[in-house]
Amino acid sequence: MVNKDLELFDCGHRACGGCGAALAARLVLKGAGTNTIVVSATGCMEVFSTPYPETAWKVPWIHSLFENASAVASGVVASLQKQGRTEKVIVMGGDGATFDIGMLCISGAFERGHDLTYICYDNEAYMNTGIQRSGATPYDASTTTSPAGSCSFGNKRPKKDMPQILAAHGAPYVATASIAYPMDLMQKVEKAINTPGPCYVQLHAPCCTGWGFEGEQTVAIAKLAIETGLWVNYEMIDGKVTKVKKVVRKPVEEYLKTQKRFRHLFKPKRQDAEIAAIQAIADKNAEKYGIDIKLKKE
Amino acid sequence: MALAVGCRARPGKARDNKTGSWRVFKPSFDHEKCTQCGTCKTICPEGCISEDTDGKFIPDYQYCKGCGLCAEECPGEAITMKQEEK
Ligand code: SF4
Ligand code: SF4
Repeated sequence: MVNKDLELFDCGHRACGGCGAALAARLVLKGAGTNTIVVSATGCMEVFSTPYPETAWKVPWIHSLFENASAVASGVVASLQKQGRTEKVIVMGGDGATFDIGMLCISGAFERGHDLTYICYDNEAYMNTGIQRSGATPYDASTTTSPAGSCSFGNKRPKKDMPQILAAHGAPYVATASIAYPMDLMQKVEKAINTPGPCYVQLHAPCCTGWGFEGEQTVAIAKLAIETGLWVNYEMIDGKVTKVKKVVRKPVEEYLKTQKRFRHLFKPKRQDAEIAAIQAIADKNAEKYGIDIKLKKE
Repeated sequence: MALAVGCRARPGKARDNKTGSWRVFKPSFDHEKCTQCGTCKTICPEGCISEDTDGKFIPDYQYCKGCGLCAEECPGEAITMKQEEK
C-alpha cells in the first residue's frame, strides 16, 4: 500500500533546491515501500544521493555503472528468487541512462522477462555532466550539445518513444507519471512493482538548473507540461493504453515561456513557425491519446 | 578470505550533511492559515516537512534548502519566503 508518511529517501542529499528528480525519488519509495532493493544507474540522482560516505537511501541500494543497471538488477532478481526471498527490485535511471546508454541492458532484461520495475526519471538531458542532449530531449530545446543560435533552434529531433519500445518487448505494465501528480505517481509505482514481469514507469521530473527556471516552479512547470499536452500521463497494460489523464488544453507557449531552454523561440524575435511545430507535437499527442476534455459551447 | 567489494555507507547517512546552510530564503509557516492539507509535506524535495505533536506543519531548518516550492504550492498561501538574516 502507498504510504505517504514513509520517508525512505532522507534529508541531506545534495540535489539543487527544488529538484524534480529528488522529489521523484521520495515519491517512488513511498509507492514502493520498505521491502525494496534499488539499483541505480549513473546520473544526477546517483551522484547527489550518494557522495561517499553519505547516502540518502534507507533501502538497500547499489550502483555499478552507467549502462549496466538493468543487468545488475537482473542478477539481483535471480539471486533473490533462488533464495526464496520476496524483496521487489527497482532500477532507477535518468533519461540518459535509459533512452541512450542503458538501452542494450534494458532490452535484455525485458526480453528475458525478469521480475523488476524500471523507473526512468526523465529530466530530458544529461544534467549531471553539464546539460548535454539525450534521446529524451524535446524538439527545439537548447542544450550544450544542441545549442540554439544563428544556425539552429536547438535540438532537432523529437523525443524517443521509450514507453512504446518497452511495451513492444511485451512488458505487462508500462506507465508515465509526473511529479506534479504525486498520488498518481505513487500508485503507478505500487502497481508496477506488484505486477509480475518487467515493468516500466517513466516520470517527468523538471530540472531547474538544466531547463532554466527558479526551483520554486518545479511542480508548476511539470503541471504545465501535462496541461499543454507536451507530456501525457497514461497507463498501458499488455501494450494497450487503458488510462489517460485528460485535460482542458492550454497553448504550448504557456509551457515554453517558463524555461530558458526555449527562450530563443521568443527572443530576440518570436519564432512563429517553430512554436507552431511544437504545438503540432502537442496536437498529435492529444489525438493519439485522446486527452482533450471537450468543453460545451456557450 | 572475506572480500569487501565497493564502498558501503550506513542507510540515511546523508543526514550528516546539513543542507540548511544553503538557504537564502526561509519559509515561514502561518499556522492560522494552514488547512493541514499536507501538500507541502508531500512535495518538499528534501522531505524535511513534518507535523509536530499539535499537528502543525513545520520544516526542519537543518535541512530546508529554501527552494520555495512549498510556498508556491500551498493552496492556503500559509507559507511565505523571507530573506534570511545570517
Ligand atoms: S501546504 Fe499550506 S495549507 Fe497545506 S499543510 Fe502545508 S502549510 Fe498547511
Ligand atoms: S523551502 Fe523547499 S526545502 Fe524548504 S521546506 Fe519548503 S519545499 Fe522544503
